[in-house]
Amino acid sequence: MVKVSQILDELNAKLVCGNTDLNQDINFGFASDLMSDVLTIDSDNLLLVTGLNNLQTIRTSEMSDIPYILFVRDKKASEEMKSLAEESGITLIECGYSMFRACSILCKMGLEPVY
Amino acid sequence: MDFKFDIEGGNFSKAGSASSDVKKVLKKLNVDPKLIKRIVVSIYEAEVNVVAHAYEGEMNVSIFPEKIVVRIVDKGPGIPDIDLAMQKGYSTASPAVREMGFGAGMGLPNIKKNTNELNIKSEVGVGTEVELINYLN
Ligand SMILES: Nc1ncnc2c1ncn2[C@@H]1O[C@H](COP(=O)(O)OP(=O)(O)OP(=O)(O)O)[C@@H](O)[C@H]1O
Ligand SMILES: [Mg+2]
Repeated sequence: MVKVSQILDELNAKLVCGNTDLNQDINFGFASDLMSDVLTIDSDNLLLVTGLNNLQTIRTSEMSDIPYILFVRDKKASEEMKSLAEESGITLIECGYSMFRACSILCKMGLEPVY
Repeated sequence: MDFKFDIEGGNFSKAGSASSDVKKVLKKLNVDPKLIKRIVVSIYEAEVNVVAHAYEGEMNVSIFPEKIVVRIVDKGPGIPDIDLAMQKGYSTASPAVREMGFGAGMGLPNIKKNTNELNIKSEVGVGTEVELINYLN
């Protein structure tokens, strides 16, 4: 389990959307740019790590009940994405690290894989 | 209770809005969240298929006390071989669709996994009809 605040610290990341309690624990992590793959996940309380920054990233998370999205490699969420995320209660985080670096840090911190 | 939503082919910025509306309705009706997720994931896959592969379509949702029936009907190229389309990894998605994060050939198998009954009818050059039935309990 990893706290939102720990992710912000260790990944040098920024919370860009969501009225999020930084003390909240996250159990699982899944990294993909493939939304049809994300849609196969059953786990609750999951952080999606992705480099895909379009509206479908948010829609997919809305449908899959994914509460947290981390955008890597300085991919920025647009205003439209933020307002859709806000509506669905999804927290958006941005960081400059690569997918590989972000995932290896998150894994060491104790975020659990899905498959 | 019946609802109808329009789906625009090719318009990825609106893809998912019908499924999102259905999700809101199911939440209001206090359907079990696990079941809501299975239903909305499958209808979202079907909605994205219309956006990705067809020209236009509509989603018809009928809610009964014991089941939810969703029919997604489109005008489009149709599916020549449904058994082939059902196979994991089979996809004819365009590069534009892949850029949006879709086109892995995982949608139809995932719909099958998440629904109690899946019926697909299709006529080449005319369109496709996908019916999803989920029982409440
Ligand atoms: N509504 C439709 N109209 C025409 N062809 C369709 C339709 N739905 C699916 N297909 C065909 O079936 C194939 C498989 O569909 P499926 O949803 O499994 O994968 P995909 O849409 O290509 O990729 P993914 O769903 O993983 O994003 C499609 O690539 C397409 O050829
Ligand atoms: Mg699909």
